[in-house]
Amino acid sequence: MSRWFLFLGALLLALGAGAQLEIDITTSGGRQIPIAVMPLKGESAQPQPVSEVVAADLARTGLFRLVNTVGVSPLPTEPSEVNFADWTTRTAEALVIGKVEPQSEGRVEVRFRLFDVAKQSQLASYSYVVAPAQLRATAHRIADLIYERLTGDKGVFSTKITYVVKRSGRYELHVADADGFNAQTVLASNEPIMSPAWSPDGSRLAYVSFDQKKPIVVVQNLAQGTTRIVANHRGNNSAPAWSPDGQHLLVALSKDGLTQIYRIPAAGGDPQRLTDSPGIDTQPAYSPDGQWIAFTSDRGGSPQVYRMPAAGGAPQRLTFEGTYNVGPRFSPDGKALAYVTREGGRFRIALMELATGQFQALTEGALDDSPTFAPNGKMILYEASVGGRGNLAAVSWDGRVRQRLTSSAGDVQDPAWGPMPTN
Amino acid sequence: MKNVALCLAVAALAAGCATKEARQDAPVTDRSAGVTQPGQASPSTTTRPAQQPTIAGNPLRDPSNILSKRSVFFEYDSNLVKDEYRGMVQAHSRYMGDTRDSRIRIEGNCDERGSREYNLALGQRRAESVKKMMTVLGVSDGRIETISYGEEKPMATGHDEQAWSQNRRADIKYAGE
Repeated sequence: MSRWFLFLGALLLALGAGAQLEIDITTSGGRQIPIAVMPLKGESAQPQPVSEVVAADLARTGLFRLVNTVGVSPLPTEPSEVNFADWTTRTAEALVIGKVEPQSEGRVEVRFRLFDVAKQSQLASYSYVVAPAQLRATAHRIADLIYERLTGDKGVFSTKITYVVKRSGRYELHVADADGFNAQTVLASNEPIMSPAWSPDGSRLAYVSFDQKKPIVVVQNLAQGTTRIVANHRGNNSAPAWSPDGQHLLVALSKDGLTQIYRIPAAGGDPQRLTDSPGIDTQPAYSPDGQWIAFTSDRGGSPQVYRMPAAGGAPQRLTFEGTYNVGPRFSPDGKALAYVTREGGRFRIALMELATGQFQALTEGALDDSPTFAPNGKMILYEASVGGRGNLAAVSWDGRVRQRLTSSAGDVQDPAWGPMPTN
Repeated sequence: MKNVALCLAVAALAAGCATKEARQDAPVTDRSAGVTQPGQASPSTTTRPAQQPTIAGNPLRDPSNILSKRSVFFEYDSNLVKDEYRGMVQAHSRYMGDTRDSRIRIEGNCDERGSREYNLALGQRRAESVKKMMTVLGVSDGRIETISYGEEKPMATGHDEQAWSQNRRADIKYAGE
């Protein structure tokens, strides 16, 4: 068992950001890839040292062990300058080197190379010409490439997350980089904000607003800052979930009695009722292929996870263990569901493999809620309340890697992980 | 009276608790209004004279009237309206029968345990249980909207059964209040 604490918060304070997330990581068992991430030559003259961000990104996944780079001089930038024997002694299996050089018009070129130490071969080499303000984003792209080459899975370091911050009776909806940096307040209110959901292209957020003293569903365009009320019917309007093509939203409405699931155009419009039960049906989610809708229903006496064909058809119950299984979310490959399960008064995040029905509790919190998959399916971000205080946490799909994300700014709750960037 | 003033001051300072405190201090102010004879000033009426005539003439705000009671409290995982609240719900149904233009909203709430969105639906079902009693008693469906704050607006902010029992609740609110 190894344990790292990355106090990213202190760095952010230095940058003057207001409400950063602080992340610490715990890993247990499993192999970690030993990787040496050398400082890039010339990066110390820039506002953002690229290699620090790359190293922090990789370490945060729990899948890498950072190898000591102290005493390597001069900094290698070309393959011919790499002393592979030394890196073998230092137990590195992978090595990252590179340089940052000023270009015309205030731009900088970032070049990096990734090596397989044992084979003494270059695995990747890329160069980017960017504005200095883009160095952090460039570092995330480099980390994405390294992660993909070494693990076979897409990296999610260039993605965004959103979450609700609650402090002193004020509510703020934040959008931040996946590492908690660059948090922006996209909405502030004296009334609660709930259930943010990313449109598939990442351009819009749907969420539940209480600004009208009741829950209604709003869609906000992030680039323009414009908002549109898409569901404001009699009773509750909540639980927005996007269709994979971004054309529709599933919502939970109580306009006809108890809460049921409806489909509406993403721009707003007449709701089409999809469920008809004598109980509560809510928390709908489309499967990634758009063929299925998973949801919570207590039609059988206790709240359980069901799914139904999106085109219509009989719902099928998926959870049978215990008396409380709610809030299903499909994994990005559509093969698993994450949901909230209650056991002995504790609410935890569970993961079920749909093909077999096998499931396991991934978390050990007292009041965990709102699981949301990273777009590569490897991590699940969720809300973990501790002592009445909302925090975010993340757990790997196999339960092996755990992250805790805390903010000094207030309660953090209701996270949603954004899609892969489109460019 | 000094205690009341202090409570109000504290409530004003405690941002976020303002709604809750306002709900609680209303009956305290009303009691003083009830025993105060017309024309006889008391500290509370001099500080807030505008409220005096409204309170005196409005059965919804008269603390000696059952109509001033607005909250139905629920057991955990339950939306059953307990017998102790039947008289109150009946009184509101009668009042709505007498005041044909009145409309209400019933706001359901939950304790913090469980999933936010499911709790939002549970709170609405609690509100719906109260509404059902009232429609059975003759109030038309269209005059009652049921909504929920789920676990988002707890009246009591603790994390134990004492707080939770206060938050499993449906409140009757008249339009225009």
